[in-house]
Amino acid sequence: MATIQFDNLGHSYHPHPSKPEDYALRRLSQEWEDGKAYALLGPSGCGKSTLLNIISGLLVPSEGRVLFDGLDVTRCTPEERNIAQVFQFPVIYDTMTVYENLAFPLRNRKVPAADVDRRVRQVAEALDLTADLKKRAQRLTPDAKQKISMGRGLVRSDVAAILFDEPLTVIDPHTKWILRRKLRQIHEEYRLTMIYVTHDQVEALTFADKVAVMYEGAMVQLGTPQELFENPEHTFVGYFIGSPGINLMPCTLGNDHALVDGIAIPLPDRAVSSAGGRVGGKFELGIRPEFLELTRSGTAGAIPVQVTGVDDLGTSKLATVRLNNHTLKVRLSEEQEIPALDAAIRFPTRWTKLYRDSHLIG
Amino acid sequence: MTLTLEGVAKRVGAEQHLHPLSLELQPGSFNVLLGRTLAGKTTLMRLMAGLDAPSAGRVLENGKDVTGTSVRHRDVAMVYQQFINYPAMTVFENIASPLRRQGKDKGEIDAKVRRTAAMLRITPYLDRLPAELSGGQQQRCAIARALVKGAGLLLLDEPLVNLDYKLREELRAELREIFADGKTTVVYATTEPQEALILGGNVTVLHEGRMLQAGATGDVFHTPASLECAQVFSDPPMNVVDAILTNDRVALSDGTSLPLSAHDRNLPAGPCKVGIRANHLTVLRRSERLVPVKGKVALSEISGSETFVHLRHGDTTLIAREEGVHSHPIGSDIQVYADPDRIFVFSSVGKLVAAPNWRRGALRNIA
Repeated sequence: MATIQFDNLGHSYHPHPSKPEDYALRRLSQEWEDGKAYALLGPSGCGKSTLLNIISGLLVPSEGRVLFDGLDVTRCTPEERNIAQVFQFPVIYDTMTVYENLAFPLRNRKVPAADVDRRVRQVAEALDLTADLKKRAQRLTPDAKQKISMGRGLVRSDVAAILFDEPLTVIDPHTKWILRRKLRQIHEEYRLTMIYVTHDQVEALTFADKVAVMYEGAMVQLGTPQELFENPEHTFVGYFIGSPGINLMPCTLGNDHALVDGIAIPLPDRAVSSAGGRVGGKFELGIRPEFLELTRSGTAGAIPVQVTGVDDLGTSKLATVRLNNHTLKVRLSEEQEIPALDAAIRFPTRWTKLYRDSHLIG
Repeated sequence: MTLTLEGVAKRVGAEQHLHPLSLELQPGSFNVLLGRTLAGKTTLMRLMAGLDAPSAGRVLENGKDVTGTSVRHRDVAMVYQQFINYPAMTVFENIASPLRRQGKDKGEIDAKVRRTAAMLRITPYLDRLPAELSGGQQQRCAIARALVKGAGLLLLDEPLVNLDYKLREELRAELREIFADGKTTVVYATTEPQEALILGGNVTVLHEGRMLQAGATGDVFHTPASLECAQVFSDPPMNVVDAILTNDRVALSDGTSLPLSAHDRNLPAGPCKVGIRANHLTVLRRSERLVPVKGKVALSEISGSETFVHLRHGDTTLIAREEGVHSHPIGSDIQVYADPDRIFVFSSVGKLVAAPNWRRGALRNIA
């Protein structure tokens, strides 16, 4: 397994890129730790596949370098980089048995038979494929075939990294969590460097130690799932992580507070200090629905609002409230009372975020 | 339109795709068909539309038997999972096509297309071809075409399943408002319990070709008639544990003992099954009443705003909910808390015996 470094990496499909929008992947320098699980998360067209292809060696970047354990591999093929890949759809040999399929990548590299057998049985056990080892692959369900595909990716212990490209697309929604658990367990047991590309937040957050959120070619945040939720560094992260995403309102700045339509909302100290002295730019106040507090007006620091709707989501409730012209979402527990007439909301300072031109400043 | 199904069933060869079921949909109502893949949702919709004829039973529109009438002579529109539009026509022409077929005049067509496009927020794309649109916009176009037709019955078969979750979130909220006009009888198929709850209205729960329960969506969710229905209508799945009821406690098979609450007091003693939804098995101990349950972490499944902790407990896996995003190392010890006031009691064959008290969400759309 390897440490992966991006050194001033960027990619443009234009011959002479001049502005940031010309880049499919905007300039990036970073180091990804050996043995960790990473996810690349973002909507279609965000640049996550471009970055994955650069890591795997399918694409040579127009700028910068990729290093594996300090070695420049920018122009190396996937084989030379020693990478294993798992794709969206099963890539297996239908006429071979499950055992032969799993053994194939090892036999191809002349691994001794005893080692092949040990490794195949280990991986089969981890993926619950032991009972199927003697079956022909073509007789199996799409779920089982994709598990074989994953097994083929995991079977070699000498690879630099294993890359997964939306591997759970074909899996039945009700069994996805089982495979997520398997992948997570395998990672915790073998400490492989794994990179997982997806547009699905549940998959990324459940799988990875660190998630890279991509937006319009830029990596807007690399962080643990908890960091992305509790401290989104870009409004897109606030929007894309969480259902529903963060509440955002345009604001101006006072001494130690933000002003939304003239209403003062206290800001955390760090926002006040980093906002101080900055002139211009578009300021927004952000707070997640889970951190807004719904209470009665008259409570200290509470701002009166109108409750316009409440949805029963089964495991929780979601209230929609109006503050002047702004619509905000507030997450409530199932049993929490909702004041019908004199409702108000409180913004706990710890969870109130200030953004300038979409970037977190405190 | 009132749509009545009387004992309709569908058999294909030796396979019973749909067992006989009866259902009446009120004019202007919103009806969700909820079930996993292969539950029979699409089969049922095709019978409703007249795309297929039932092997038994009758279909009535406003009391009139239309069982043998083909879809072309039915007052129905349909939206599919795949984004189906005419590729060579602009968005405007796509939406206008049912009106042209109805022989409407130019002024009316123009007005209706523009009104419907505005409702679905695709006005800026009226001159484009479907291939030039994103998936979400293509599906908006298909929905607009179905809406503009003004059919008495509108069928939507998992219309959001091929969109990414953010688009799904947005379009779902909009759809509810669009259908709130109450003119069309709407049937909406989904595999997702959350989607059914957000859309509201009525729900019909299907499983392996059988109708398990039908009623107001909130009623069915909070008082599922059977364990099977509760499972289909829970995401993540409901925790189920074998138990014995005595006169003052319910003893779970793992040794956990829960005091009886208002809803499960005075039940006959004996074996039963206890169902606990993930949100009633919490990592945070919110009250002293809650009863601790120990286990080992199997996985933290993180949805973006909440965490579902899967834990090994004896020889079963339980799922507990935690607000916010948290990671727990696999294999670590964890204690979660069950709420005795919120447990479901089922008979040993899975029939509902007692459900926790709940107040109907009277606050929906106050304004």
